[in-house]
Amino acid sequence: MSIKEVGLPIFLNKINLKKKENQKKKIKGKEILEKITEKIFLLCAFMSVLSVAMITIFIFVKGSPAIFKIGIFKFILGTKWNPEAEIFGILPMILGSLYATLGAIIIGVPVGILTAVFIAEIAPKWLVNIIKPAVELLAGIPSVVYGFFGLLTIVPLISKNFGGPGNSLLAVCIILGIMILPTIISISENSIRAVPKEYKEGSLAMGASRIQTIFKVILPASKSGIMAGIVLGIGRAIGETMAVILISGNAAIIPKSILKPIRTLTANVALEMGYAFGLAEEALFATGVILFIFIIILNIILNILTHKVGE
Amino acid sequence: MKKLRIFNLILILTMVVTIFVGCNSDKEETQSDQTAQQEQNVVNQGEDKLEGTVTMSGSTTVLPVAQAIADAFASVEPGITVNVQGGGSSTGIKDANAGTVDIGNASRELKEEEKEWGLTEHVLAYDGIAVVVHPENPVSDLDKETINKIFRGEIKNWKEVGGNDAQIVVLGREAGSGTRGAFEEIVGLLDKNDEGKEVSAMVEDALTFDSNGALKASLSQQKNGIGYLSLGYLDETVKALTINGVEATVENVKAGTYEISRHLLMVTKGEISKEAQAFLDYALGEEGQKIVAEKYIPAK
Repeated sequence: MSIKEVGLPIFLNKINLKKKENQKKKIKGKEILEKITEKIFLLCAFMSVLSVAMITIFIFVKGSPAIFKIGIFKFILGTKWNPEAEIFGILPMILGSLYATLGAIIIGVPVGILTAVFIAEIAPKWLVNIIKPAVELLAGIPSVVYGFFGLLTIVPLISKNFGGPGNSLLAVCIILGIMILPTIISISENSIRAVPKEYKEGSLAMGASRIQTIFKVILPASKSGIMAGIVLGIGRAIGETMAVILISGNAAIIPKSILKPIRTLTANVALEMGYAFGLAEEALFATGVILFIFIIILNIILNILTHKVGE
Repeated sequence: MKKLRIFNLILILTMVVTIFVGCNSDKEETQSDQTAQQEQNVVNQGEDKLEGTVTMSGSTTVLPVAQAIADAFASVEPGITVNVQGGGSSTGIKDANAGTVDIGNASRELKEEEKEWGLTEHVLAYDGIAVVVHPENPVSDLDKETINKIFRGEIKNWKEVGGNDAQIVVLGREAGSGTRGAFEEIVGLLDKNDEGKEVSAMVEDALTFDSNGALKASLSQQKNGIGYLSLGYLDETVKALTINGVEATVENVKAGTYEISRHLLMVTKGEISKEAQAFLDYALGEEGQKIVAEKYIPAK
């Protein structure tokens, strides 16, 4: 009995003390948790930075010695590619990549932008519900399927109508034009939707027609976003490999017409990596360096464009 | 609740750490297994295994096969080190004759003068390449000379060789491909350039593919195309031409009547060392030929 009487308050007191300690611990625990999560986030963020850094270092370390061994101008401006005889000129591939990308832009950009305008401004909702999933699906189709589709349909079609093998610059431009559509459409659509309503309403109130409003007000206002979409599309076109290998013919020549076969930078690396050794292998890494420089230039352009959006 | 979260976090961290540690210890285990095996081998070696070095040089076509056989051979005869080098068929034959290597590798027949050196030829494998066209192409027989001209781009229209009036589309393989190398060598599509290096004489705008399969798929869509395939890839989607009336079959390649084919040889001179003989026996035996069959027609 006496122990109970005396002990209870002390006991209660102890519990109180413990509670306070616990609270202190809880706060400390929270801080630690906060710190740990922060570090995990940091680690994740560094993953991509580290990857980019590693890839860049790897490609330049592996590729740049070959450029100097072959000679920069001989490498970039050489028109013959013949690894067996140690002749490494990648001008045909550089031009191949540029022509193919240019062709893809000519085909893909007008179609893409007009589709974006249609989805964002003109089409009724039920039609949007059909077009948008279709565009999204287009983005999800693997590139090898595009290539196979091109090989079985577009290549024979070109061969039938224009003669020649069909594996040609034209086939590549058509396929790449289709492949960059989803990128251009979705980014353009977003930027068109981001144009303030007042612009459109103002224009219509001044008596401008719907078409006038679209071309004179909405498109100029969303110009930077659309440009960003185009640049990203170019990035996809220039980096595409699998689809291109199947339909381009891969002849390392400077094409004299759009019906001639071409070889792109990416295709050059992918085609010959399996067997190449020695200087030939290094030359392929060097091709990668040139491709990398192209992509970096594109990214710089993209950065400039997106910064302009902010202004 | 919050304590529980910290606990979870720690739990996950420990799990991750254990996974990594687990992986490492796995590796160590297999490594220690391997060393145990090696030790066992060393013990065996003491009894009746051979010891020494076998050197080879020659054709770069034979090199990967010889290397693969050598790697497998190492598990049977760990005491023997097999040294495989390239250099080309002529180098291999010369080296074997001079005795600087035990075995010389060649991917062509011996020339008349080389035959006089009294070398022993061991056929390791056969290699045959089919010249293929679209199934609807009326042309079904050509000779080596004509094929050479077509692939050089000197004959440009099918009507020149008795076919339709249509432009010939040449399909080929990428630089470095073994099939391409063999085809160019056999048909004579290698020219020496100003620096004395052998350069492909294949027509420049030939469509290029990175595998037998890709070439075949494209040729089946290419009515006026002509290309070449390893014998193993023939099927009904393409038509293999007869060369001077001889069909492209494994039997004809072995009999030596099909012209676009070659022998892969290992040549030796006189008495060779026990180690070299052991390697030859292995290469020409069941297991060696199994490795050969992955890429070529085995000799046995």
